[in-house]
Amino acid sequence: MNKITIEPVTRVEGHGKVTIHMDDNLNVAQTRLHIVEFRGFERFVQGRPYWEAPVLVQRLCGICPVSHHLAAAKALDVIVGAGTGNGLTPAGEKMRRLMHYGQTFQSHALHFFHLASPDLLLGYDSDPALRNVIGIALKHPDLAVQGVMMRKFGQEIIAATAGKKIHGTGAIPGGINKNLSIEERDRFLKGADPLNIDKMIEWSLSALELFKGYHKQNKAFIDNFAVFPSNHLSIVRKDGALDLYHGVLRAVDKDGKKILNDVDYQEYYKHINEEVRSWSYMKFPFLTSIGKKDGWYTVGPLARLNTCDFIPTPLAQNAFEEYKAYTNGKPNHSSLHMHWARLIETLHAAEMIKILLNDTDLQSDNLVTKGKKQFEGVGVIEAPRGTLFHHYKINEDDQITMANLIVSTTNNNEPMNRAVNDVANKMMTGKKEITEGMKNAVEVAIRAYDPCLSCATHSIGTMPLDITMYNSNNEVLDNYHS
Amino acid sequence: MKILIYGYGNPGRQDDALGIRLTENIEKWIISENISGVETDCNYQLNIEDAARISESDIVIFADATIEDIDDLAFTTINPDDSKIEFSMHAVSPAFVLDLCRKIYNKCPETYLLHIKGYEWDFKEELSSNAIINLEKAIKFTKQKISEFIKRNRIAK
Repeated sequence: MNKITIEPVTRVEGHGKVTIHMDDNLNVAQTRLHIVEFRGFERFVQGRPYWEAPVLVQRLCGICPVSHHLAAAKALDVIVGAGTGNGLTPAGEKMRRLMHYGQTFQSHALHFFHLASPDLLLGYDSDPALRNVIGIALKHPDLAVQGVMMRKFGQEIIAATAGKKIHGTGAIPGGINKNLSIEERDRFLKGADPLNIDKMIEWSLSALELFKGYHKQNKAFIDNFAVFPSNHLSIVRKDGALDLYHGVLRAVDKDGKKILNDVDYQEYYKHINEEVRSWSYMKFPFLTSIGKKDGWYTVGPLARLNTCDFIPTPLAQNAFEEYKAYTNGKPNHSSLHMHWARLIETLHAAEMIKILLNDTDLQSDNLVTKGKKQFEGVGVIEAPRGTLFHHYKINEDDQITMANLIVSTTNNNEPMNRAVNDVANKMMTGKKEITEGMKNAVEVAIRAYDPCLSCATHSIGTMPLDITMYNSNNEVLDNYHS
Repeated sequence: MKILIYGYGNPGRQDDALGIRLTENIEKWIISENISGVETDCNYQLNIEDAARISESDIVIFADATIEDIDDLAFTTINPDDSKIEFSMHAVSPAFVLDLCRKIYNKCPETYLLHIKGYEWDFKEELSSNAIINLEKAIKFTKQKISEFIKRNRIAK
């Protein structure tokens, strides 16, 4: 069998590689996205006082610390007896929501302007040295400024709600430790252009139009790139609305039939299991009722718009209706439609931020709820790149005795592998050499999922990824190092 | 003249915090000495919005921990032309930030990177003993550099 390896994947965080095995006829026989790091964090938090967890978990990853901060805090809400979801005070819940939608907004903006738009506007085959926001700055400077300022706006929302940029302490077990001052609120509502929420909504709409315009002209490519049937999982609000902060667990199959019907995520472990495969340190989650082979699922923007029934903000709902109509209301399985879904969520996040900023509950001093102590709690949140689970058990001395984390990128392990397989089959069959176009196609497929491998594997730093091609004797045919 | 000292790293990963710790120390020094025109900032890593941040400064010193084989500290000038394709979509290099700043704001502040050698990268907040020694050297070095920049600016005026 021949084999191709790709490492490192550019613009993907963490350590990983792609291997592609070819048979004697140069047909793609097997593809694998390898993640080669350890999972040491769960053991590290054991023995620590539970109230430290929302800050400690930010050590996992400097890329999505807010998601870990909030998921941990939600799990500890249960432990301090504040329950889940509506157990918090209005100020406590809404401040956290504002933090979360700020995080989603800046994360999605980064993905679109730094990652997706260069591929769309400059071409998938353009010079890789310029196929990033620098290239956008040269050809479309206004767009580059939008990307920078949307990131900046979201970061400032996070700083105002989490208390600081690094190791924020805003969310605490049972609530939040600060409210939003009138000055902070007005800065986001009425700040000088462009740093105000109305401009952010306007730019979110224009980014969506930009994608739709590209899609119109490149339907065949966008619609057929890395397409494969999948189950989809996310939390949704109890009434079926898109809700990135809180809800019940729902999964649908490839045809849209519910296969996990709005269950309480406190019992996620009854419904979700994780498979270990010898060639990857990243586990493969699956729905227990369906089994390892067919129970895998996709999470993230594509999945969320496949599981939810509607979006509870008007502009995003309009965009959602158009998006759903494109697949006749059926689940969307196209990896590159992830960008479309992500931009609809960006718009929704901006609308949510505006609604929250206008809510006077954010100025309340009633910030924390306490109740009867529990010894186990689960927190689930829709992080920008997908569903994130935090599960803790504590003892009588308030020490953490067990921690289990299933991060978004781990949830998307199998879909990313499937996406790579689809692209490899289409582009590498019959080949002995890896071209720049092939390499980038594999990367585009992986990047659509916005993976954070350092988060998934709890590694430190960044590690790019190579492509190596092996023949049937396991000899290297070609290697591409980014 | 505006000088920005910008440290980055994850303070929960032991010596990865060196850039942040340096920035915190410099901030205290600026306040205690009542030095004007010098600002500090820090984050987990650099990203595209930092192009806007550095566009407001004339001189920028990025401070970061490194595992590279250097002697305690390394102070290098950042050239925006050295900006390379980034392996990570979630963090960018000082040269990338400077290049982006130049392209979208038409500004190119005098920019340096202070690398501070680190040794241990566990899930801890405490620096390793060798890193503490390097941090002290870095603080002294940075104060000296800031003083030189301020003096140079006075002479230029």
